[in-house]
Amino acid sequence: MNPIPTCTREVVVKLENGLHLGPSSQIVQLAQKFSCEFMIRKGERKVDGKSMLDLLTLAAENGAVLVLEARGADAEDALQAIAALFERNFVTDPPA
Amino acid sequence: MKLSDFVVREAIVTDLKAGTKEEAIRGMVESLARSGSIKSADQEGIIAAILKREELGSTGIGKGVAVPHTKHPSVDKLVATIALSRDGVEFASLDGDSVHILFLLVSPPDRPGDHLRALENISRHLRNDNFCNFLKQAVSAQAVIDLLEEADNNQLG
Repeated sequence: MNPIPTCTREVVVKLENGLHLGPSSQIVQLAQKFSCEFMIRKGERKVDGKSMLDLLTLAAENGAVLVLEARGADAEDALQAIAALFERNFVTDPPA
Repeated sequence: MKLSDFVVREAIVTDLKAGTKEEAIRGMVESLARSGSIKSADQEGIIAAILKREELGSTGIGKGVAVPHTKHPSVDKLVATIALSRDGVEFASLDGDSVHILFLLVSPPDRPGDHLRALENISRHLRNDNFCNFLKQAVSAQAVIDLLEEADNNQLG
């Protein structure tokens, strides 16, 4: 029996307005494409990263440090994709 | 921050007559203007700004809830209203469901933290099924106000 793959990764919110509704919905929509469990931790609080209502309760302001946690077969791919969202600051369209 | 700190009591709409997103937003902003919490002269600008924000992605966050919002320089503190739609409003929500509970927020441009805390507050209560169910059943503004106060005081279990 192989253990269930589990990954964690730390990211920093670099958004002037914090992790508000727009970026939160990008995270949820992306996370829902993966089958793994996906949680986001801020300090002592841990919420379901596939739930909009859960994510919004983090109220993660600019500069907040979050830990992404994924558990399941595609955990690594999920974290890679979601961390990339943070890295490109949730910009969806490449500049023209 | 409590719900009753930023939800304008006089602007609550318990029977929103709107079939479309634009009609819903218009009805709610007009209600805020009638309550005096935004100026009538700013009404159209605020409606336009909220609709523009919706173009970036629907604020229909699922579970029959939408949180249309904008920043606007005409307010010096965050103001919000709640509308309930019996028939549901088509809102292009994340889960595709029509929307029955709407929270509309207008916040000052220089206070992103307040907006974030208001969203935190609203979503924390909406996670409580009792709150959602009682809110959907409320038929008067007073019933909504009572419910907000119970939620603020953590009396909903």
